[in-house]
Amino acid sequence: MDGYRFDWHGLRLEARASGALWWPEARWLLVADLHLGKSERMARRGGALLPPYEGLATLERLGAEITALDPAVVVSLGDGFDDDAASGGLDATVRAMLEDLARGRDWLWLAGNHDPLRAAASLPGRIAAEAAMGGVTARHEAGAGPDISGHFHPVVRLGGGRRRAFLIGAQHLILPAFGAYTGGLDANAPALARLAGGGLAVACLHRAVPVPLARMAG
Amino acid sequence: MSLPPDFAAWFASKGWSPHPHQLALLEAEGDTLLIAPTGGGKTLAGFLPTLVALKSSYEDLRSDRSSERSGLHTLYVSPLKALTADIGRNLARPIAELGLPIRVEDRTGDTGQAQRQRQRTDPPHILLTTPESLALMLSYPEAPRIFGGLRRVILDELHALAESKRGDQLMLGLARLRSLSPGLTATGLSATVEDPAALARFMGGAEVLLADPGPDPDIGMLGTTAPAPWSGGNGHYSVPDVLDAVRGAQTTIIFINTRAQAELYFQRLWAVNDENLPIGIHHGSLAREQRQRVEAAMAAGELRAVVATGSLDLGIDWGSVDQVIQVGAPKNVKRLVQRIGRSNHRYNAPSKARIVPANRFEVIECVAALEAVRERDLDGEDRGPGPLDVLCQHILLTACAGPFDADALYAEVRRAGPYAGLCRADFDDCLEFCATGGYALRAYDRWKRLMLRDGLWTLRDPRAVRDLRMNIGTIVEAEMVKVRLRGRGGKPLGEVEEAFAATLVPGDTFLFGGRTVRYEGMRELTLEVSPNPHREPKIAVYGGLKLAMSTELSHRVLALLGDPDRWAALPENTRDWLALQAEVSRVPGPGVLLAETFPYQGRWHLAVYGFAGRNALQTLGLLLTKEMEAAGLGPLGFLATDYALLVWSVDPVLDVGPLLNRERLRHGLDAWLAGNTVMKRTFRNVAIVAGLIQRNNIGARRTGRQATFSSDILYDTLRKYDAGHLLLRITAQEAARGLVDFGRIEEMLDRSPVLDHRILDRVTPLGAPLMLEMGRVRIEGQGRLRLAEDEAAALMAEAGLA
Repeated sequence: MDGYRFDWHGLRLEARASGALWWPEARWLLVADLHLGKSERMARRGGALLPPYEGLATLERLGAEITALDPAVVVSLGDGFDDDAASGGLDATVRAMLEDLARGRDWLWLAGNHDPLRAAASLPGRIAAEAAMGGVTARHEAGAGPDISGHFHPVVRLGGGRRRAFLIGAQHLILPAFGAYTGGLDANAPALARLAGGGLAVACLHRAVPVPLARMAG
Repeated sequence: MSLPPDFAAWFASKGWSPHPHQLALLEAEGDTLLIAPTGGGKTLAGFLPTLVALKSSYEDLRSDRSSERSGLHTLYVSPLKALTADIGRNLARPIAELGLPIRVEDRTGDTGQAQRQRQRTDPPHILLTTPESLALMLSYPEAPRIFGGLRRVILDELHALAESKRGDQLMLGLARLRSLSPGLTATGLSATVEDPAALARFMGGAEVLLADPGPDPDIGMLGTTAPAPWSGGNGHYSVPDVLDAVRGAQTTIIFINTRAQAELYFQRLWAVNDENLPIGIHHGSLAREQRQRVEAAMAAGELRAVVATGSLDLGIDWGSVDQVIQVGAPKNVKRLVQRIGRSNHRYNAPSKARIVPANRFEVIECVAALEAVRERDLDGEDRGPGPLDVLCQHILLTACAGPFDADALYAEVRRAGPYAGLCRADFDDCLEFCATGGYALRAYDRWKRLMLRDGLWTLRDPRAVRDLRMNIGTIVEAEMVKVRLRGRGGKPLGEVEEAFAATLVPGDTFLFGGRTVRYEGMRELTLEVSPNPHREPKIAVYGGLKLAMSTELSHRVLALLGDPDRWAALPENTRDWLALQAEVSRVPGPGVLLAETFPYQGRWHLAVYGFAGRNALQTLGLLLTKEMEAAGLGPLGFLATDYALLVWSVDPVLDVGPLLNRERLRHGLDAWLAGNTVMKRTFRNVAIVAGLIQRNNIGARRTGRQATFSSDILYDTLRKYDAGHLLLRITAQEAARGLVDFGRIEEMLDRSPVLDHRILDRVTPLGAPLMLEMGRVRIEGQGRLRLAEDEAAALMAEAGLA
């Protein structure tokens, strides 16, 4: 897969076409918004019964990245689980896959708004609110920059379709959602334009493709 | 029943006498299907038995001879909301003048909350509604009480309903009503159809009552000063002649097949409308207020003409319309006849209609269609058995009303015409889908949607009811984006397909609502435009679907082509064209599939004159070029019309036989379907109707970033992990018809025992017009992605970043 390499606040980074962020120096692989257990949560609340395969689909993609890069640390930038009950009630196959992927490396679960991770004690890896990457903070939702975050599920319109995208702003680097069943927020929406307007988007096509972002109007 | 004296007196006071079919329907016992031309007083015929019965039961009640309770007596269902309001007004008159104590109310998506609430406890005698509102009412726990005493159901415009899933849903609702009120009778009202018996079976069996069809229409080709051009579909050459015809009539409806073409034609008409004849435009993309304004102006007789699309195929009768002009080949004889009926809504006055072919091929099609109209030989596509996604929705809505027994529901569903042949296994699959999602690999053990309790199926979580009711209905619109004028409180103009909106860049101009507008930008999911009267518009391509020529009509075209003795019916220049074709190659005809290979401008071309409709030939184009790619022939692109497929390539196709092998095509289809956007769109519709995903509502899209995600993801996931899933099966079944239309490719092969493939040294007369057609499809592997990459690179360069 062709990634897009760039320097940002002293870090050499690679935006992967998969939607994961690779920090080669420390061998960290960062992914945002896996939303494992989403179909189960919708079912639990009496909603539609979506194909219950998004956990498999998401972890197979993550597994491919882990095989390709062999990271020392995998960081989930929050909302790794669709809600707290999902992290507790994870189905056996998905849990086994997760344990398999985590074997022999460190795994860092950052808390998100969907999953404060109170019930995640049984998962492989450590739980934290934030993580430091040099002078940069990794957290779920953009705060005091420079930081790397997820939460917004950014997408850009390109070639007549919506594509998942990294947003690289002056102070904020925002990752696309990695989970299979996730929608997206347009990069030009005010909430995102405020954080990354005038910067660069990196769209996840068959390779990572950079596109300039409009400056925020007004 | 016979007509009571006071009713007869009322008719006489109006100077009317009841039509024979109105009296026949009054006397009919049991379920009836009345087929009558427009203007034949169908609707009054449908209501007459109700009015007479209610009047006599009221008199019985007054003299205390009956204990029959008041309550809902007659349910009237129409495909159009606007029609229910119109019917309500029309009924008010006889009810008032005959002094009948009858309450009539309508119940549609527009009905207010208070009235809905009241109708649940105290229904009127006559309720006017739509299939969707009926489905909603049947999902109430009170449904047995509301409908328990129902005596009659009137199904209006049944011919139109029977062509879509709305009709299937309505028939399931009718089966439910028959269970709730076993004695009820159903009356179907329909315009002229090709197979009345089939329509009667559709409504679960009924006696067919055929009204006098009235005099033959005055129908023919519109004489034009210029001949039809070789290619294209816009018919612009006819504008001066159509304007002349408008001038010579009181009110004209000008039907055009697509919205975009209607816009363009409207603009051309006005460009030469020096007398400023009042001419309006009406199509489904325009804002409702704008459409209503045009309808009101029509009703008031203020317009001399209206340019319209299928949006005016049904609806309120306008007595003043005395001429219909169809621009572009009608594609379908039945629709042509029904459109002709829109003119002169006075019974027993002949309708006047003129048709205008848009190009030379269409000249032949129009002549064939006119012959069919004169011979009263209508066409119709067999829709096959009732679709299972509609059944899934019905099962879930049934659960909303209360616990149900699977055996009883199966028996009930089979009383609905489209589901008469439903096998238990399919029913069980649908029930399983509703209950557990029907997934093979893994299951929701704890979170089933329906649970079996004491032998009855029940919703596990009552909160689901709200979602299910919000998702009622079988019409799935393409994702639309609203269009409005830029500026504070900008006026809403209507909507365009999101796919069209995505192709626009600021500064682009397109035609909308009869004027040229400039795209300024997107703001909160609304497309903002400004008026821009002075620039040539970029072509408007919203309103996607193009109708394919019907199977029967294509047979007629082939029969006409194949019999030179009948060419006398064609204009001279068309005859010359065909004669030349016969000289250098051959003219297609019944039983022969003609293919031609010839060089043109450095490329090899393959023309296959399949006459299978544009959807099927487009699918054939995709499949053939894939095979050609594999064979190393270097296909570069193709183009499909209703009549022929044209493929161009680096190397010639010297033997087309193996490429047209049915097994190979079928195999290619299965492989191709995997990632195809047409399939994904079909899947999305199926998934929404079956209740797997909710219709996107704009509010949720604006606020909830991850509230909705593309149904494409679900499609890909299912194909990967659960390829045998019910919804994929339904999607594949739909692909045999509709956009993919593989069934017509098979039909083409079946009817063509002879394949005549000719290798020629130059372009043929029949092939030449194809060269000029629009709508070429370029073949490129990773086309979409390359497009996106190029666009990104251009943007980077513009920003000085590359």
